[in-house]
Amino acid sequence: MPTPTKGARLGGGPAHERLMLANLATALFEHGKITTTEAKAKRLRPLAERLITFAKRGDLAARRKVMTVVRDKTVVHMLFTEIGPQYAGRPGGYTRITKIGPRKGDNAPMAVIELVEPMAEQVVAEATGAAKRAAKEREEATTEVVEESAVEETVVEEAGDEAGDVASDEVSDEIVEDTVEEVADEQAGEQADEQASEEGADDAK
Amino acid sequence: MPVPKRKMSRSNTRSRRSQWKASAPTLVTCARCKEKRPSHTACPNCGTYAKRRVLDV
Repeated sequence: MPTPTKGARLGGGPAHERLMLANLATALFEHGKITTTEAKAKRLRPLAERLITFAKRGDLAARRKVMTVVRDKTVVHMLFTEIGPQYAGRPGGYTRITKIGPRKGDNAPMAVIELVEPMAEQVVAEATGAAKRAAKEREEATTEVVEESAVEETVVEEAGDEAGDVASDEVSDEIVEDTVEEVADEQAGEQADEQASEEGADDAK
Repeated sequence: MPVPKRKMSRSNTRSRRSQWKASAPTLVTCARCKEKRPSHTACPNCGTYAKRRVLDV
């Protein structure tokens, strides 16, 4: 007896199910991130990852196999030239499903399925990390840090001039460099904080 | 085709319906925005899950 497919049955029949999954896979590879129901996302994940594995193999046979599912040649080309090589070092697990709660209208549980580690994703993650660090620093030393940094900047400039002219002690130079880096980090962190957590964190406050 | 012989009394109807109970959803506090959200779900308020932006809020 053949093992039944895991997950929910979709659509009105096997052909309908195949078509829906193929369309979902095409949309996922085209956009990198799609919102759908949890059941469809769970059915889509193994199919999409299998197609990406074909894309990593990259030969003509693999391309023809993928063409039987994804009918759009531009999407297949993108899959083989961009998405496949992107995951060369990743042994599976190319997609991520995040639940986003029930849908208005029919209360169906919805989810976002996305390809992991696109470039924008990393940027966002770094931004949130920087925001957290900046918030921590602000909690530890609130307004004094800003004033000190301003003072330090002026000191740094003067010290840099002196170092260029007189070639003063190496120890003081090192300290100056450290302070410069700290100030730069703080400024970068604050900017990232403003960009990343505009609404969420501020609303909570 | 079999059908009920007697009209069901209001008392019986209401007794049956007394077992209809709503349950409170299990909520956790979002670490980022401190709002309540369902567990294992992206926060509907700030649109993040596991420090990752999922929704455009």
